[in-house]
Amino acid sequence: MNDELYQQLTKKSISTKKDNFGKRLSLFALILIGLVVFAILFFVVSRGLSTFTLDQINPFNFVFGTQWNPGKTDEAGNQLVGALPMIVGSFAVTFLSALVATPFAIGTALFVTEVSPKWGNKIMQPVIELLVGIPSVVYGFIGLAVVVPAVRNATGGTGFGIFSGVVVLFVMILPTITSMTIDALRNVPGHMRESAYAIGATPWQTIYKVVLRAAIPGILTAIVFGLARAFGEALAVQMVVGNSPVMPDGLFSPAATLTSVLTQGIGNTTDGSLANDVLWSLAMILLLMSLLFNTIIRRIANRRALK
Amino acid sequence: MAENVKEKAILTTKDVRLFYGKKEALHGINLDFPETGITALIGPSGSGKSTYLRSINRMHDFTDYVKVTGEFNYNGQNIYDPNTDLTQLRKNIGMVFQQPNPFPFSIYENVAFGLKLDNKLSKIELDERVETALKQAAIWDDVKDRLQQSALGLSGGQQQRIAIARALATRPDILLLDEPTSALDPISSRAVEDGLVEIGDKYSIIIVTHNMQQAKRISDRTAFFMDGNLIEVDSTKNIFLYPKEKETEDYVSGKFG
Ligand SMILES: Nc1ncnc2c1ncn2[C@@H]1O[C@H](COP(=O)(O)OP(=O)(O)OP(=O)(O)O)[C@@H](O)[C@H]1O
Ligand SMILES: [Mg+2]
Repeated sequence: MNDELYQQLTKKSISTKKDNFGKRLSLFALILIGLVVFAILFFVVSRGLSTFTLDQINPFNFVFGTQWNPGKTDEAGNQLVGALPMIVGSFAVTFLSALVATPFAIGTALFVTEVSPKWGNKIMQPVIELLVGIPSVVYGFIGLAVVVPAVRNATGGTGFGIFSGVVVLFVMILPTITSMTIDALRNVPGHMRESAYAIGATPWQTIYKVVLRAAIPGILTAIVFGLARAFGEALAVQMVVGNSPVMPDGLFSPAATLTSVLTQGIGNTTDGSLANDVLWSLAMILLLMSLLFNTIIRRIANRRALK
Repeated sequence: MAENVKEKAILTTKDVRLFYGKKEALHGINLDFPETGITALIGPSGSGKSTYLRSINRMHDFTDYVKVTGEFNYNGQNIYDPNTDLTQLRKNIGMVFQQPNPFPFSIYENVAFGLKLDNKLSKIELDERVETALKQAAIWDDVKDRLQQSALGLSGGQQQRIAIARALATRPDILLLDEPTSALDPISSRAVEDGLVEIGDKYSIIIVTHNMQQAKRISDRTAFFMDGNLIEVDSTKNIFLYPKEKETEDYVSGKFG
């Protein structure tokens, strides 16, 4: 074989070297992030499990118990660490707010993409994007100043409770779901609309028989994102939900969520005490739920990619 | 120049002008179509073939800056009459586009789509119409065992024949096709062409194509467009062998375009 040519072909060119450098750099970043994620998972899970290992709490009683008063015991001597009220509270505010927000989000998104794109692009979309960026404490503050008094006047209770939490979360996740639904509708190829028209479908039939149907995976993703955001939201909910860790007996009585109990309690307990450990267990439940939401989102996205 | 169809015309268009805003894209087209047979529209890019084709079933209606003038007479009915029902019109004058674009549902639902828009047909009738349309589009044998599967899983050529079946299911008189095979490989193209030839004696088919061989193979008549004008229309044989106009001759012999 020709020696010179061999040299030429096997010597690494500058761009190959640069390429290798770039690859190593991004690999490094990837490993770093992976380590951080793993550390968080490990930390939360190991602390969260100590409730059941060190403190000998029965996991079943923890998840399904309805009395929450860490540090106190009932007559039989069992610790009062039932997390069910908060689990129920979290799921109630999350699902109710998403349930109410979804139709509004779809309606708004349809207006922006199908009914009046001009108006939608110029006014609605910037407004929606602005709303997505508002810090949650602002929503909580408005909830406290407006929603709670209004509910108090209307129902005669304290005004704090699941209902107020749902109202605040509804306003918070509506922009998220809406803007993602807009993207989902925009991603429906224009020629799909055109072929529906070409076969005699009216614009409305085209929207609900073809466009919405084609956008279902995207819309589902948007809803799950909204759910995840609502589930993980702490501050705004804490300000209006009442923070009373009892089984909610209606929409208008004070309640608590996993996040609200966490943010309230984590600074007021000593490290290593049972009261502190159980909070870590709540955090672990939150983390597992977020992972679940993420998995669902990925599943939907994958299904879409397959098509 | 504007010859007229010897047998009875199902569609006559006179002095068709079309404006995109202020720009006139069609400069007075006179063209008739017989009740059956395939007419090919050929011409260089930007000559107005798609624009003309889409004006026939009023696809420009949704674009607010487009203005259409001239006469469109379909079976004695003025297509642009304000009272014309667009849904009915488009069932009678079906259209297939360049991109195979099945809806994201089953093969069956795709073909039945137009049938389910207003009038309620019985299940038996629906089944029958879907089957007939699929057979006419020469795709029945490929899909008869998987009608309930997603149409998105089919090949491009199969999807395009599904699109043709979808347009045929509403029993149109006229079928408009805008470069239906240009996104397909040669074998799929041939399958689509064969399907069209098969139904050419039952429908009036108008097909835009850049493929001269295709026009020669399947069409009975050919119309040559250039710069928004209809230069010449004649039997396909005459257009390719004995064109009357210089531009036509240059184009079909491959001198430009
Ligand atoms: N939506 C539109 N707005 C403005 N001008 C347009 C629009 N669509 C087409 N035109 C113009 O109208 C003329 C005719 O276009 P048309 O698409 O009908 O040509 P065509 O013969 O179908 O070309 P091709 O073979 O490339 O498909 C072109 O000059 C084109 O730029
Ligand atoms: Mg075209």
